[in-house]
Amino acid sequence: MMLNMVQALNQAMHQEMERDDKVLVLGEDVGVDGGVFRLTNGLLEKFGKERVIDTPLAESAIVGTAIGMAAAGLRPIAEIQFMGFIYLAMNQIISHAARLRNRSRGRFSVPIVIRTPYGAGVKALEHHSESTEALFCQIPGLKVVVPSTPFDAKGLLVASIRDEDPVIFLEPTRLYRAGKQEVPETLYEVPIGKAKIVREGEGVSVVAWGAMVPVVEQAAETVGQSGLFPEVIDLRTLAPLDRQTVLDSVKRTGRLLIVHEAPKTCGLGAEIAAFVAEKAMFQLEAPILRVTAPDITVPLAKGEDYYYPSAERVARGIQRIMEL
Amino acid sequence: MAEDGRAVKGREPELSPSDLRKLYALMVTTRAADLKALNLQRQGRMGTFAPSLGHEACQVGSAFALQPKDWVFPYFRDLGTYVTLGFPLKNYYLYWMGNEEGMRIPSDLNIFPISVPVGSQLPHAVGLAMALRYKKDPAVVVAYFGDGATSEGDFNEALNFAGVFHTPNVFICFNNQYAISTPVHRQTAAKTIAEKAAAFGFEGIRADGNDVLAMYVLTKGALEKARSGGGPTLIEAFTYRLGNHTTSDDASRYRSETEVEEWARRDPVERFRLYLKSKGLWDKAFEEGIQKEAEEQINKAVEAAESTPAPRPEDLFISTYKEMTPELNDQLSDLQDLLKGGPR
Repeated sequence: MMLNMVQALNQAMHQEMERDDKVLVLGEDVGVDGGVFRLTNGLLEKFGKERVIDTPLAESAIVGTAIGMAAAGLRPIAEIQFMGFIYLAMNQIISHAARLRNRSRGRFSVPIVIRTPYGAGVKALEHHSESTEALFCQIPGLKVVVPSTPFDAKGLLVASIRDEDPVIFLEPTRLYRAGKQEVPETLYEVPIGKAKIVREGEGVSVVAWGAMVPVVEQAAETVGQSGLFPEVIDLRTLAPLDRQTVLDSVKRTGRLLIVHEAPKTCGLGAEIAAFVAEKAMFQLEAPILRVTAPDITVPLAKGEDYYYPSAERVARGIQRIMEL
Repeated sequence: MAEDGRAVKGREPELSPSDLRKLYALMVTTRAADLKALNLQRQGRMGTFAPSLGHEACQVGSAFALQPKDWVFPYFRDLGTYVTLGFPLKNYYLYWMGNEEGMRIPSDLNIFPISVPVGSQLPHAVGLAMALRYKKDPAVVVAYFGDGATSEGDFNEALNFAGVFHTPNVFICFNNQYAISTPVHRQTAAKTIAEKAAAFGFEGIRADGNDVLAMYVLTKGALEKARSGGGPTLIEAFTYRLGNHTTSDDASRYRSETEVEEWARRDPVERFRLYLKSKGLWDKAFEEGIQKEAEEQINKAVEAAESTPAPRPEDLFISTYKEMTPELNDQLSDLQDLLKGGPR
C-alpha cells in the first residue's frame, strides 16, 4: 500500500499493539486527539484508555512512568510532542532509562521507545524545530534511530518497539507527509544499527540521516549533471553507529562529506569525522568536510531557509570537496 | 506510643508479642549495621554513604507493613527498609564500598536499585503501579524520599500522575527536617508536607516518624486502601536526622548541638525499648541476644563484601545494552589489552 511516513508509523503501532498486549502508548494528546500530528490516530478506539493513555502535561513523568512500566514488563511507547520539549525529561532519559540495566546489573531493563518529531523546515514556532540528536548519542545505554522514508519508518519503529533497550525515535517532521512509498501490510523489521547506501557512487561518500537524506539525494542529482556521482549513505541509526558501512564506503571513494541540520560544533558529524580519521586517514584523498546548520539558535519561520542545509548548499559542498 | 514509650490507649496495633519483639530487633540491627558502616568509612574501608541514624522507626515500621509481593522504591538513606525486607546486608555494604554488584537485587525481592538524583524515582513508582493495575496484579508500590525531594519537579509530576490515574501507590516522605544544610522551612512555605497531597487530590497524613508503631499502622492502612482500589496516599514521617547527611558532611556547620541533643533524647529505638519493657517484652537477656545476633550477621556481611573481588573490565561493559555493540567490544578489548600489557 502507498503510505506516507505518518501512515506508516501509525500502522506500525496498530499492528504491534495487536500483536503484543504489553505494548502501550502514552503522552500528551495521544488518545482522543490522536496526537498533534495524528501519529496515534485510531489507537484509543481500538485499544482503549488503559493502553492509549492521555497524560497530564509533564514530560519528565511521561518518560519516568514509562520507565516504571517497562520495569514491570510492559513495552511503552512514550510520545514527546516536540523534540524541543524533551529537555524536561532529560534526567529521566539520561539518569534512568539509559542506566537502569547497568545499575541493576541486568535485573531491570528499559525497553521503551521515546518517539518525538524533530527538525526544521515546517515553519514552526520556537522550540518546535530542534535537531539535537547528538545530545543523546553521547549517552551510553541509549539507542537513537532516525528514519528517512515511510518504509524504513515502519520497519525501524517495529524494531525499536521489540528492542530490549531504550530507543530515542526521531521523526523528521518535514518528511511526515512529504511523499508516499510502497509499504508492506505485513509486519517487518528494519534492523537497528545498520546504515543503508541509498545511492551507490564514486569519488565521495556523503553521510546523512533523517530529513537531510532527500536533500542530499537532490544535491546528488544536481551534481550528476556535471559528471559527479557521490555515494549517499543514510545512517538510519545514530547510536550505535554503523561505522563499518561508512568506513567501507569512504575507503572506496576516498572522500567524506557529512551533512546534518544540527549545529556544527559537537554535532554527530564531528564523531563521524573523528572515527574516519582514526581508521582511514591514509585512504583519504581530501580533508573531511561538513555541511551543517550554523551554531545559532534555530530561527523562526522567516529566517528558517538560512538555517538548515539546502540541496544547493550540499551540492556546493560536494563540488568543493571534489576540488580539494 | 507516647514520647516516653507509654502506650496510647486504644491506638495500639494488633501485633503479636513476637512481632513486636521482631520490630525491635530489626531496629537494633539497622542501628548496628549503620554504625558499622560509619566505622568502616572512618577506617577507609567504605566509601561515602548516607547514614540512617534516627530513621529506624519510620523505615522499619513502614516496611514491616508491606506484603512480600509489594514493590519498594527506596531512596539513598534507607537501611532500615532494606534490613526489614531482608535485602542482603552484604549487598548494602558492597554498593557503598563502590561495587555495582551490590545493587543486583535478589530476584525474589521487589526492590528497585537506589536512585541518587533526588526524587527522580517517584515517576518510576507511579509507572510501575500503573503497569500492575493494567496487569491486574494486586501488589502496591511504595516510594520513599526525603523532605528535599518534595521541591523537585518529579515529586510534583509523579504525585499528580498518581492522583489523575488513581494508582496503587503509597508515598512515604521521611521529613528529617534537613536537605543537607537546608531546613525544611526553606524547602517549602507549607506548614506540613502532608498537606501537599490535597493539591493532587488525595489524602496526606502526618505521622510521628519516631514512633515505629504509628508508622506501621498508618502504612498498613494506606497499603490496604491502595490494594482495594482507594488510590494513593502521602505519608509524612516527621523525624530527625541524628547523623550527618553523608559521611562527607559536617552537620555542625548548619545546626546547633542543643537541637541535635533535643532530638537524640527522642531516640526512636530507646522509645520502643521502653514500650516493650512496659509490656514485659524486654529484658537484658533479650537485648543481649538480639545484639549478638545482629553483630554476627553484620560481621558476616562485611566479611563477604570485603572478600568480593572488584569488578572485571567486562562487568562494567556488558550491562550497557542487552547486546554488546561492535564499538563497545573494541573499547573493551583495548582496555583488556592494556591490562594484559598486550599490543598498543
